[in-house]
Amino acid sequence: MFANKSFQLVCPAGALPALKAAVDNGADCVYTGLKDDTNARNFTGLNFDDAQLREGVRYAHGRGVKVLLALNTYPQTATWRRWTAAVDKAADFGVDAIILADPGLMEYARTKHPQLRLHLSVQGSATNHEAINFYHQQFGIQRAVLPRVLAMAQVEDVVRNTPVEIEVFGFGGLCVMVEGRCALSAYVTGDSPNTVGVCSPGKAVRYEQTPQGMETRLNGVLIDRFAQGEKTGYPTLCKGRFEVADETYYAIEEPASLNTLELLPKLMEVGVKAIKIEGRQRSPAYVAQVTKVWRDAIDAALRDRQAFSVRDAWMAELNKVSEGNMHTLGAYYRPWK
Amino acid sequence: MKLALGPPLYYWPRAEVFAFYEAIARAPVDIVYLGETVCSRRHELRVHDWIDIAGLIAAAGKQAVLGTQTLIESESDLKTLRKIVDEKAFLTEANDMGAVRLLTAGGRPFVAGPFLNVFNSATLALLARLGAQRWVMPVEMSAEALRELQADRPAGMETEVFAYGRLPLAFSARCFTARHFNLQKDDCQFKCLEFSDGLVIRTREKQAFLNLNGIQTQSDKVYNLIGEVEAARELGVDILRISPQSRHTPELIGIFRARLDGALDTATARSRMDGLELSAACNGFWYGKPGLDQIAGET
Repeated sequence: MFANKSFQLVCPAGALPALKAAVDNGADCVYTGLKDDTNARNFTGLNFDDAQLREGVRYAHGRGVKVLLALNTYPQTATWRRWTAAVDKAADFGVDAIILADPGLMEYARTKHPQLRLHLSVQGSATNHEAINFYHQQFGIQRAVLPRVLAMAQVEDVVRNTPVEIEVFGFGGLCVMVEGRCALSAYVTGDSPNTVGVCSPGKAVRYEQTPQGMETRLNGVLIDRFAQGEKTGYPTLCKGRFEVADETYYAIEEPASLNTLELLPKLMEVGVKAIKIEGRQRSPAYVAQVTKVWRDAIDAALRDRQAFSVRDAWMAELNKVSEGNMHTLGAYYRPWK
Repeated sequence: MKLALGPPLYYWPRAEVFAFYEAIARAPVDIVYLGETVCSRRHELRVHDWIDIAGLIAAAGKQAVLGTQTLIESESDLKTLRKIVDEKAFLTEANDMGAVRLLTAGGRPFVAGPFLNVFNSATLALLARLGAQRWVMPVEMSAEALRELQADRPAGMETEVFAYGRLPLAFSARCFTARHFNLQKDDCQFKCLEFSDGLVIRTREKQAFLNLNGIQTQSDKVYNLIGEVEAARELGVDILRISPQSRHTPELIGIFRARLDGALDTATARSRMDGLELSAACNGFWYGKPGLDQIAGET
């Protein structure tokens, strides 16, 4: 059995130190990526080469923790072999599951490595049970990660209607768009989450102090402007302030991060099997802190779901590390929509 | 090459929708995609109304295709999906893998829509085996990537390319139009009806940037491949897709038609589009550049 626990904590491992931090602080699974465009966090200085991946698998397995490898970008015909080689490598290195978005690549994995466990990535944009069951029927996927767009009742509907384990995002950066169906970064910068695994890439970013304030630009497009004393945020393009009909505001989404700690008992009750912490681009210290809090919270909820309440100390720890220090329940809370 | 009119992306009053498609029935377009593909709250027309319009289009000698909603979240969305899939008189454009599953189960042929993320030959071959007769290239894909896919395209598979209109770039659970009015989506008061071509987002230096269309985010700029018609033909593209706008759609279809038939050269076609366009043109995706770029094409 893949999971010896009824509810798993899945933590980000951008590199070996973060992997160790997650393992040491109570992750049930860590998810990783290779040092190229085969995964959706293709950032400089991040991810694993062969030796690091072997060491990561050894370290995690030695402590009873599963290793997942994200190969969740869409390969193009010319570069197809890089993705299939990555699937082969995952099988060869004893990775416990691969996280895929592309149907063609799933078919390859299923045919070539029938023993290799497949998870459907959030980049696969499967938001309903018919879509999830499509991937189950065609490729035998065993887990699906839901895009961050469903309300709680909708999550419940999905769980009830599929044999596939459901994993949801619990904490970290919040994509307001359906993952896998967003070409905003490609439109502005030419670099796409779908094909090269990046959004609002650093190489397109420019910070400029002007008489109007600190301006942040993405490939020349003004994403936001910060008055003196305001904290300058990274210009993720959907989280800027824009003008709509002469009103300036966060027209798409505030720079808040997702935190579903208070929903934990409900997620368990509806039958969600795993909770994912976003943040492979984050530091080992961040991963350690967030993993520790979520481990404590999950253990408390597993002991007694009814008695569960969010502890102030947990929130204080999480607030220290959150983007913009603002939290949201995102789409789980229906009025957010 | 054939011309298609994509599904209507905006929310228009019922009478305007019927008037729009009466004009389209007379326009020189070969394929017409119909149905509500953006938001489940839009109900000026129900599935049976779209089927009526499909009948009108078919009677005019065109192929009518019913599109499915792109973001399917609820059981009620699935119910609508099943109604569309069960309508056997018309071909379906699948915009979600849930639709593909239902169509495959029913042994129905289908069009693999632009949101299925077909980026490589293996995925296209898989969809062909499942019953896809036509695929629509993702809007962000380049001509170069298309060339590779065309090289081993499955037998009988038609290729369609989004060639004109504001680019549908992203979908969300959140409604950005309702958000603009501080309304919740569940009580949106159908504000989209007030913006027949969406609501423009400008940067803080007044540069038109994106376009809010309910839960969909579009480019402000109009993607326009009128200067890439010969390149598309050379790549074996079968169909060019024009996306509906509230005004001038039949004229734009006419210009593309004349260009495809060789009755207009590119420069003349371009000049005839002046005044018909919602915003400035872009074509960067075709060239593997940022989508908002405009690259000089054929002359």
